[in-house]
Amino acid sequence: MKIAGKDQSAVELVKTALEKAHEYQKDYHVFTWINDAALKRAVEIDEKIVRGEEVGRLAGVPYALKDNFLSRDGETTASAHILEGFNSPITATAVQKLEAEGAIMIGRTNLDAFAHGSSTENSYYGPTKNSKDLERVAGGSSGGSAVAVALGIVPFATGTDTGGSIRQPASLNGVFGLKPTYGTISRYGVVAMASSTDCIGFFTRKASDLDLLMEICAGQDPKDLTSLPDYYKGSSNGFDDPVKKIGIIRDFDNEAVAPEIRQALREKVDELKAAGHEIIELDMPALKHALAAYYIIVPAEISSNLSRHDGIRYGFRSEDAGDLSRIYQNTRSEGFMPENKRRIMIGNFVLSSGFYDAYYLKAAKARTLIIKEYEKAFEQCDFLLTPVGPSPAFKLGEKTHDPVAMYLEDVMSVPLNLAGVPGISIPVGKTEAGLDIGLQLVGPRRSDRGLIRFATQIAGEVQVREDDSLDINFENGEL
Amino acid sequence: MEVNQDTIRHLADLSNFALTTEESISLVDDIKEIVNYISKLDELDTTGVAPTYQVFEMDNIWREDEILNQDATPDELLALTPTVERHQIKVPQVL
Repeated sequence: MKIAGKDQSAVELVKTALEKAHEYQKDYHVFTWINDAALKRAVEIDEKIVRGEEVGRLAGVPYALKDNFLSRDGETTASAHILEGFNSPITATAVQKLEAEGAIMIGRTNLDAFAHGSSTENSYYGPTKNSKDLERVAGGSSGGSAVAVALGIVPFATGTDTGGSIRQPASLNGVFGLKPTYGTISRYGVVAMASSTDCIGFFTRKASDLDLLMEICAGQDPKDLTSLPDYYKGSSNGFDDPVKKIGIIRDFDNEAVAPEIRQALREKVDELKAAGHEIIELDMPALKHALAAYYIIVPAEISSNLSRHDGIRYGFRSEDAGDLSRIYQNTRSEGFMPENKRRIMIGNFVLSSGFYDAYYLKAAKARTLIIKEYEKAFEQCDFLLTPVGPSPAFKLGEKTHDPVAMYLEDVMSVPLNLAGVPGISIPVGKTEAGLDIGLQLVGPRRSDRGLIRFATQIAGEVQVREDDSLDINFENGEL
Repeated sequence: MEVNQDTIRHLADLSNFALTTEESISLVDDIKEIVNYISKLDELDTTGVAPTYQVFEMDNIWREDEILNQDATPDELLALTPTVERHQIKVPQVL
């Protein structure tokens, strides 16, 4: 039997993935839940193949699902106490599309509760550990998904990226992480964080694998009125229109960025020059205000989106109930993590009368300037190449008591979300201590396909381990 | 902008939180630090700039006003809540 061009059965693939998931779970804490029933689905796929029935482009391919995607398999907790016990009766559109192609979810991955964080340490269930160093963070918020792919448990995993939550953990674990153009993949059935910047994307070990996942998942969904009509399939793959000019941002090459990351960027730039690309140095002064604008706009949207969690209709309810307002207050106080509370309170602060103009309106204007700056940049270059974050994986606990230090992790990743443009984190090497370094390729809106092709061209693939038998070649969707 | 216990109490009220004294104390410092950081946006000149609230490139999307098939049944939704009576969600007395 052949799956993904190799002699293997779906059962073998899923069994191996489940074994690895269990094996790594104890040390790395990748999952909030492991789906042992996945084997049953693998049997069904194998039977279909035997009967000669048509199977999808991801038939038998095991994958990991960030635990903020709703589906009928397992509780959807968003790693938050307040959603404990929530067995979703609905399934996210992205999950439906992947599973309609035969992909098999083998586990739900850990995240910072409600995706609020950059280290996975804000998970109610405890942090996920870095794939290269158990004393360091996985990054976040999609830390579990990044580590699941980096450890070779699954060939791909889903993530959400509101301000860097795919790209940063991808860079901290040496895998590819794609945040598409805003609106490319339906957000229906995904726990909302900040509706104007939330994006769904993927982690892979091969840049080219992202292409198939995008082909499958992109497209308009009547259930998400902010989903774009499918531009992806018809868009240029970048071969007709070769990438010539690469922009680098002068401001991002500063002392706040770790020397080894700056060095990695310089080396990549030299490599690109040698390959015939023109390097354009750019000033984008509005970007240094993006983080402040982000931590106004996003908490504002969070305070609104998370007001729905009241302990009445689903999830956790405080036992100290009493009257209705006590149910609300105690449930929310016991159910949210400290970072959730900070963000909700900041959101209510910037939206409250007297402060709205000075903060929220000001940030919305800054957003306009940031968008214009990207538009101007892409008149001069095809793609931008920048660091993803200021440092390689930091130690567990290093930044948990300093919220602003944690926010600074996002300084180079949030501008994309404010502008709605796509970005890919590509692994480019390691520090002397063996920690992963990633760089970020950024393109104009709807350039996702060209961006993936270019990432493939300049970054190749990640070898996880020598015995990496799950490295499935599903390029071009040929099975 | 001064952040003190009163600010925290007011924001906790708006957020529907019953905070412990300990939490309120640490939140004063945290919120102060965050407000301090986001206040730096003041340095950016935004005179004459129009605000952007969303980056979706399209205008309103209209559809017929009709009831579409829902993904979940009423029974499935009621199964998610701890207290149900006569096919309705039961809550403590409101008035």
